[in-house]
Order: sequence, then C-alpha cells, then structure tokens
Amino acid sequence: MTPEELAAELDRVGYLPDRGIATAAYLAWRMHRPLFCEGEPGTGKTSLAVALARALDLPLIRLQCHEGIDATQALYDWDFPRQLLHLRALEAAGPVDADQAEASLYTRRFLLARPLLQALEDAPCVLLVDEVDRADDEFEAFLLEVLGENSVTIPELGRVTAETPPLVVLTSNRTREVHDALKRRCLYHWLEHPDLAREVAILRRRLPGVTERLAHQVASAVRRLRDLDLLKPPGVAESLDWAEALLTLGRTELDADTAATTLGAVLKYREDAQRALSSGVLGAASGSTIGG
Amino acid sequence: MTGAGASTGLVGFARALRHGGVACGPERVHAFVAAVDHLDVARREDVYWAGRLTLCGEPDDLPRYDVAFQAWFGGVPPVPPGRRARQGSHLAALGGGTVRRDRAVSAVKVAASEVEVLRRKDIASLSPAEKRHLDELLAVLEPVPPTRRALRRTPARRGAIDPRRTLRDMLATGEPTRPRRRRRATRARKVVLLVDVSGSMKPYADALLRFAHVVARRMPVEVCTLGTRLTRVTRQLRHRDPEQALRAAARAVPDHEGGTRLGETLKVFLDRWGQRGAARGAVVVICSDGWERGDPALLADQVRRLARLAHKVVWVNPHAGHDGYRPVQSGIVAALPHLDRLLAGHSLDTLQELLEEVRLA
Repeated sequence: MTPEELAAELDRVGYLPDRGIATAAYLAWRMHRPLFCEGEPGTGKTSLAVALARALDLPLIRLQCHEGIDATQALYDWDFPRQLLHLRALEAAGPVDADQAEASLYTRRFLLARPLLQALEDAPCVLLVDEVDRADDEFEAFLLEVLGENSVTIPELGRVTAETPPLVVLTSNRTREVHDALKRRCLYHWLEHPDLAREVAILRRRLPGVTERLAHQVASAVRRLRDLDLLKPPGVAESLDWAEALLTLGRTELDADTAATTLGAVLKYREDAQRALSSGVLGAASGSTIGG
Repeated sequence: MTGAGASTGLVGFARALRHGGVACGPERVHAFVAAVDHLDVARREDVYWAGRLTLCGEPDDLPRYDVAFQAWFGGVPPVPPGRRARQGSHLAALGGGTVRRDRAVSAVKVAASEVEVLRRKDIASLSPAEKRHLDELLAVLEPVPPTRRALRRTPARRGAIDPRRTLRDMLATGEPTRPRRRRRATRARKVVLLVDVSGSMKPYADALLRFAHVVARRMPVEVCTLGTRLTRVTRQLRHRDPEQALRAAARAVPDHEGGTRLGETLKVFLDRWGQRGAARGAVVVICSDGWERGDPALLADQVRRLARLAHKVVWVNPHAGHDGYRPVQSGIVAALPHLDRLLAGHSLDTLQELLEEVRLA
C-alpha cells in the first residue's frame, strides 16, 4: 500500500485526507510509531482515528484522557465484586486453602482490561488516545512506557505483549505543552482547517443532499467566520452541522436572513454571534457569486 | 532502500534545520531517514512530509522547517505554509479589574496601631526604622505550599474503598472485615518566583528578595532575578540567615538597577529551566512593574508559553496597589491576556495576600 492508496481507503469511508494527513497516517502505520496530532479543535484529529479504523478494517479502542487519569482507568483493574463472590463461593464449597484461594483470585478471569491493555491484547487495532493534553505529566511518562514497549507487566499475571503494535493516534488541543520525551517517539502532525475545495468536498461527501452551490456557500461563509478572531472559530464539524441544519429546513441557498437564523449551528458564544452579525460577513454570503 | 549518498544528504538537511532553530535530536533524525525509506526519496513531496512529520515537534517549528527545506532542496516547499492558527484570543477576556481593593476599603475601619499601619504602607515609602521592622515581620510569615493531587492513593480513614487491601485482609482472616479505605495523596506543588531587579523596581526589589527568602525556607521554590539578564539565585537564598542569603544573592546578580528586557530574560528562563521542568505544573509568580524596554510582542509570546507550561501564572506589580493604577505599561499590556491573576504586592498585607493566592492555586 502507498500513501495514495491509504488516502483512497480513507476517502471510501468518508474521510477526505490531504496529502499531509495521508502521509502521516501511512508512516505511523508502516513505521509502528504513534501519530501525535495537534491543531485547532474541529480540524478532524479524532475523526482521523475513527476513519483509520474503518479504512483498515480494524477495531477502534478509545482512551479519553482527563485530569487525574491513572493506570487503573487506562490499563487494567481487578474486578473486586466478582473476586468477593468467588471467594464466598469457595468458602461455601468447603474448607479453603488461603494460598490456593488467592492464586485463583488473581487470574485473567477477574482482570478488567481498560483501553490500553485491551489495545495490546486486541492488536492489530487502532488505539485513539484522545486529548492527551488534559492528563497529568505523570500519566505521559506512563503512556511513554506502554507505547514504547508495546507491552505491560501485570505483577500477578506476567507480561502482556502485542504481537503487532496497535496503530496509535494521540490528539492534543494544545492547552498545555506535552512533554518532549513523548513527542520524540511520535510522528508529529499539525492539522490545519481544510482549504475551501476540500471543505466543499467533505460537505458533499458527508451530506449527499447538499448541492454544490450550498456547500460552496457554507464553506466560504465558515472560512470568513474563521478569519474574524472569534472565541471559538468554527471547525469542520460546525460546517457539517450548519449544512445539515439548512437541509433540514429545506433551504437550498444561504442568504443573510437564513444565515442569521441558523447561526446557532456554527457559533456557540453570544459574543461570537454578535461579532459575526455586525461584521457583515454573513451579508456577503448572499451576494457571493460562485462559478460552477 | 535509500543509497548511502541520499541518507547523508538527509542528515545534512537535518543539521541545517537544527541551525535554523528546530530542536531535532538524533532520535528524530533517525526516524526521518527511516520514514523516507518507506516513501519515495526521489519525490520532493514525500521527502517534505517525511521530514515535517518526524523532525518537527510543535507548530512554531513548521515555518522554520519550510524555510530550511526551501534552502536545502531548492524551489518552493511542496505545500505552501498554511494559515497559522490564532491562539489564546479567548484569554484576552481577562481584564484589568482583578486587583483586589476590599482590603483598602476595610483599612479605614482599622484602629491605627503601629503594625497595622506598617502592614498597609507602601514599602517604597518606609523610613529606615520601619524597614527594619518590616524585615522582622517578613521573617515571621508562614507560607504554606500549594498542593496538587498525587498520582498514588494512600490509605486513609475516609474515602473510596481500597479493594486490594480489603481483599488481602479477608484472605488473611477468612472473615468479612471492615473495608479499608484510601484516597488520593497530595503533594506540594512547585513554586517559581521571578523577581525584577531593574532600576524602576529598586524600592521593592530588596523586600521582594527577602520575601522570596522566607518563602524558599518553607517550600520547594525556584527563584530567579530578571533585569537585563536572568540570574538564578535559588542556591544563594538557601542560606538560613536572611542577611547572608541576601548578600550572596546581591553578589550573584550583576544587573542590579539596570534596564529591563523582560521578554528576552523570560525566554532565557523558559529555555534553560522552565521548559525542562521548573515551570511545568508550577505556580509562577512574576514580580515586576512591567516597564518593558524590549519588544512587547516577544514578552507576550513568552508569557503565553509560560502560561501553557505552568499551572497558574500570577503577576505581582507594586504599582497595581496605587490609586488610579491602570495596566498600561507595554509589558503588562502584552502579558495581561495570559495571566491568571494580577496582584499588588507593594505592602506587607498585599504580600500576605499573594501567599494566600499561591496557597490556593
């Protein structure tokens, strides 16, 4: 497979990658290196992992990071209630040898695989480590160890190693600087908002009912909104929402009035909406002529 | 496979890139050569992406990479540099109204005992006798370090049930036992004090360093002075005796009462210590009046960088305690959007307020 072929596969499942994204995903897959994706919210970091899983026909395992996440939430935990029940059952059956009872408690049967262990066991698969910038420093060090060796040691059971390393996609919204040690082991890709042609293509691909004209109007209006220095510039997801909202209302064209009434699909802050309305950017949407 | 000649060329490019300011170590260069192996070395676009994906580590690297690529391989980069993302605009909402004034109001009601007056008096206006008194009062401050949640849990009387210990107990006795409990431990969070010792800060620098000494005695603290250059004085301030510590610090600082280049010195701090860990997750306190002689844009960049690394960034400006203060100095204006708090710090009272702020950070 070449990057072009991977791009075609992603295209097939509804994700339109540009050259950079396709090459990044291809190299991550072939070099067995995690792919570290950074960029503004809404540029398609998370959906890349979802699309990769579908395109390569692999299971997707997702680990959502948050402040204070630790090994028991990410790696594995023991199923305490079932262990207790098991112990009770043993006792009910007759006299129990303590050592044997303990040995029978710490077996794979009572182990709850959390996303990282699950990914190592289910490999090949796509592992999405979402919003890694929300986790703590210590967690990064822990991730580094698991991703670097593609294996973990469970004291009671031994070592679990993935035969084929999972294809790992890490995403970050850059709310915090992620440790260089982690980045160094990854491929790094900064995702930009798609250019106009690609955004139109994405809209048409994901929403078959949208006409070329409407898709073009929505995409160019969203581009102008992104230039307004808003609190939350709209991402691709917002373009999709907007186009879908217009479709649902049965509109075939984006004029200033329609834009004003459906603005809630794109802008999520009152200040942003006010700025957009007063800037006249939306008025321009109706007057815009498009070729083709 | 690439030929030996090609990979030498790639390594040379990586070296050129390093000169261009992108921190790509051997590990990254190795990944670069390996990545090109998977692609087509004869295609410029493939080489471009292989390098960009492996050698770069942050958005700031990307324009430098494009320049270096153009210089080394000639022509225009296969992909024109896209629109750089705007960052931090949502932080601009934090205005200048954060200075606390409630203390000043309550001051009217207070009986004017000597200490009470001294507590509220501007450090710059103290007489030598009052200054000695202030030093004594500073020495008895009791700073408490801020805490953060530790990764580990420790046994505790209350909290979530600790299944592992409970189960072990039950195994040991064979009887249902009282559940053992555990909770997240806490650890002291790092604190970094950056004290401006330039000419305009002269009336406050001594008291602030003394304050830093008191703080450094009680919690893990990194102290640096800012001015025309950066000096780390943490080691000097470890002296138990305040006079000796301050003399040692004064000897270490070559640019007492010089000018201010906040942006540049802050950059040096971040490059040399901050990024490597001193500022990471720390509570960073910058004591400065914000008179910036250098480029405010550079200062804004560095404060933004600091804000991303640090847990909280607090700016202490002695002038902020004066009536009619407006944050208009070029430095403060540049930094303000990225700060968590702007405090006064011109009197003992406000310094104590700062300690409280740091403790709760």
